[in-house]
Amino acid sequence: MAGRRSPLVSRRSQEIPLRLELRGITKRFGDLVANDHIDITVEPGEVHALLGENGAGKSTLMNQLYGLLQPDEGEILVDGEKKVFRSPRDAIAAGIGMVHQHFMLVPVFTVAENIALGAEEVRGGPLGWLDRRRSRRDVLETSRKYGLPVDPDALVENLPVGAQQRVEIVKALTRDVDLLILDEPTAVLTPQETDELLAVMRSLAETGKSIVFITHKLREVKAIADRITVIRRGRTVGTASPDTSTDELAALMVGRDVNLEVTKTPADPGREVLKVSGLIVDDDRGIRAVDRVDLVVRSGEVLGIAGVQGNGQTELVEAIMGLREVRAGAVELEDQNLAGRTTRQVLRAGVGYVPEDRSLDGVVKDFTVAENLVLDLYDRAPFGNGWKLNPKAIDESARERVTQFDIRTSSPQSAVGTLSGGNQQKVVVAREMSRPLKLLVASQPTRGVDVGSIEFIHNQIIHERDVGTAVLVVSSELDEVVGLADRIAVMYRGRILAVVSPDTPREEIGLLMAGVTGAGNEEEDSE
Amino acid sequence: MTTEAPEKKEEERGKEESFFGLFLHNLWSANTVVVTILSIFLALLIGAVLIVISDSEVLATFSYFTARPSDALTASWDLISQAYADLFKGAIFDPAAVQAWFDGSGDWKTALNPLSETLTYAAPLVFTGLSVAIAFRGGLFNIGGQGQAVIGCVTAGVAGFAIGLPAGLHLLVALSAGLIGGALWGFLPGLLKARTGAHEVITTIMLNYTATLFLGWLILQNGVQDPDRTDAVSKTIESSAALPSLPQPLRVHLGIVLAVLVTAGVAWLVNRSSFGFELRAVGVNPPAARTAGMSVGRTYIWLMVVAGGLAGLGGAVQVLGTADRLTGQVAGNIGFDGLLVALLGRNRPWGTLFAAILYGGLRAGGNLMQVDVGVSLELVTVLQALIVIFIAAPALVKAIFQLRDARTARLGASMAKGW
Repeated sequence: MAGRRSPLVSRRSQEIPLRLELRGITKRFGDLVANDHIDITVEPGEVHALLGENGAGKSTLMNQLYGLLQPDEGEILVDGEKKVFRSPRDAIAAGIGMVHQHFMLVPVFTVAENIALGAEEVRGGPLGWLDRRRSRRDVLETSRKYGLPVDPDALVENLPVGAQQRVEIVKALTRDVDLLILDEPTAVLTPQETDELLAVMRSLAETGKSIVFITHKLREVKAIADRITVIRRGRTVGTASPDTSTDELAALMVGRDVNLEVTKTPADPGREVLKVSGLIVDDDRGIRAVDRVDLVVRSGEVLGIAGVQGNGQTELVEAIMGLREVRAGAVELEDQNLAGRTTRQVLRAGVGYVPEDRSLDGVVKDFTVAENLVLDLYDRAPFGNGWKLNPKAIDESARERVTQFDIRTSSPQSAVGTLSGGNQQKVVVAREMSRPLKLLVASQPTRGVDVGSIEFIHNQIIHERDVGTAVLVVSSELDEVVGLADRIAVMYRGRILAVVSPDTPREEIGLLMAGVTGAGNEEEDSE
Repeated sequence: MTTEAPEKKEEERGKEESFFGLFLHNLWSANTVVVTILSIFLALLIGAVLIVISDSEVLATFSYFTARPSDALTASWDLISQAYADLFKGAIFDPAAVQAWFDGSGDWKTALNPLSETLTYAAPLVFTGLSVAIAFRGGLFNIGGQGQAVIGCVTAGVAGFAIGLPAGLHLLVALSAGLIGGALWGFLPGLLKARTGAHEVITTIMLNYTATLFLGWLILQNGVQDPDRTDAVSKTIESSAALPSLPQPLRVHLGIVLAVLVTAGVAWLVNRSSFGFELRAVGVNPPAARTAGMSVGRTYIWLMVVAGGLAGLGGAVQVLGTADRLTGQVAGNIGFDGLLVALLGRNRPWGTLFAAILYGGLRAGGNLMQVDVGVSLELVTVLQALIVIFIAAPALVKAIFQLRDARTARLGASMAKGW
């Protein structure tokens, strides 16, 4: 790995591992503080795991380290020297490489071409021709040196996912990086590929490379990390060694200091309202996301689905709502089959839906508050007759809802996009609860919502339960699930691992969320 | 900004020009109306330069500009002012002709002729402009206005000469034929978009070619071609199917009245109907529309049917009002001009109506300008293009006039942002 290789390499006394320090990194997106004064030190040659739930701010932090985002506050020190990374080019020059969760490869290029991309070997000056032979040789050399088998002539689109990831790693290594960031590298891998990757990480660390390993999987962290930093809600909540028990790590990751108490009376469950049986659903890539799920939600109870995001909750909810194709199984609403129905039919059968992505699916930001409040019923009396709208009825109803649901807006005619996140969410909640409901499905009902609105929305959900509606709440915030639910189903890799009472110790639920069933038995699902 | 509280009078006096200042501020705030007007102004300014450059005599005076600059300046000013005066006279009214009408030496027809010409050119553009505008509000780029208008010409034209019906009824049938023909031509890309995701820009462009070539083939067929002619001209449309017009030589016909009615209809459809609610929701946020239970695909299909129908109606108005038979060029460029008209009208129905009238005026005035001072009619096309360029690049206009961004810009107020 001589410095002759890449024109980007400027830093460099070779083979001396790099020490990285992040001090007080803060990044805000509007009102949201994604990173709040985060301090992390990565010692040379260590595998440093960054543990945290999705949305905790891990990727944001690493994107700042890799020059994709600029921190609002704080500094990055490489070997004690302050650095400012305006682009990945700067980061690479300082010896930092990154393998993204979603690969940055050109599918129709060969492996060698992909690896050369951005640092092409050129002969004959700036307008010269590509030196493909040298690119190939570099790939083979790196591949052999680190024991990462890749075929330089294969087309990337023909490679399995695990091999594509190796290409990404080799690509970073040919840039002579000394610190490698791996962003959720195992998310797309099979268990076998995961084990191979862990072995590669270990051997890389032995050759003196530092590795920052972003993940939310406890098993992998314990297997590989030298040190663990846990991030929750944009803050570092602790540093741990791999000897720390899984329970403790789970507790750190899921958190128990944020205690949003929901006051409610014991549930009075009645008849079965929603019955899901043997449900199989695929995600956008055609990969099984929901795998033979059985669920029952009764009237007058809240069933909470806990789980780290990305374990099939989104797909489960979309399948119930008719937004995603059901591969197999049944979704029944009081003996009425919902599978294969359109979203409108599902909604009109008496289902209310608070979607997880408010700004994409929940509201039309250019529309007024009044218009958003009738987004589902605009063609029904009294708001319209199928042909024309009744602006008077729409406006009157909007005024009522605005008062009833405490929506803070200057007028029902203001565009929803001008409201705060919490008030936008109240618009969604108000709309969905204004129909007679048999079932309410609320996905991440308080994501990106201020504390005051959280309380209000929680109370509305409990109120809906108390009038006899069956409620299904999906949240990646364990506190929220525990606070709202009368029963908790823990979802992991598309399956319901267990249905437990909300009184179950939090650590136990945390372990289930990490895929660990039974005492200390770390189950690895091999599908 | 006009009412001032009495107790504040004292303070107001301190800032003497407060009203004027406020007025200036509002003017200088880059709202869309101001940008549109300034775009037209800029286009006329550049057009003036082009007028001078394209006239060899005036250009010659610039060769001794340093010796006698007044020659060049006077000649330029004369030419430009005369050209733009002709543009005005040809598009709106000629003071001399109006004077003649009042003192009895001329007649009202001559006085009204410029307006008549403007509205004649504008009428079909209103329809094709509305077609593009309504599709855009629903998030679709209907580049197929031309093809839909051509098919509208064909179906309306054929209905106009192939069947015999009493006056009035015949006209209704012919107009409906144009509407349905265009709607079918819009339905195809709508269906393809909804079912297969085929991009409407590609499919509508291809259908434009198909429609034009179909027209070229059709007018040479037996039963369609005029038996007394050997060239590509169809039979003449029965007078019972023609849109009634004012007496000769005025050409303005009922089409412009229809255009105003249809504009009102489209405005109602977009803002007050359930379908309009759907199409606006789908236009700005398809996932939210889908989540709320709307069928995005179905909305796309109906939207293209409506857009196609409007453009088809534009074709019908062209062939039943202005032309009296089908030729290869009967639809002219009305479909493509509709794109520009919609852009100029900011995709709002009434804005589109006014933009179409402006375009019609430029065209009508351009005719006189060409005849009178010999400025090529192409200059009008250049002016139209320049207006569109400036409107499409509001940042450029704002930079030139140092405009501030409007304070109360409503979210997504500029529907032109996607262009």
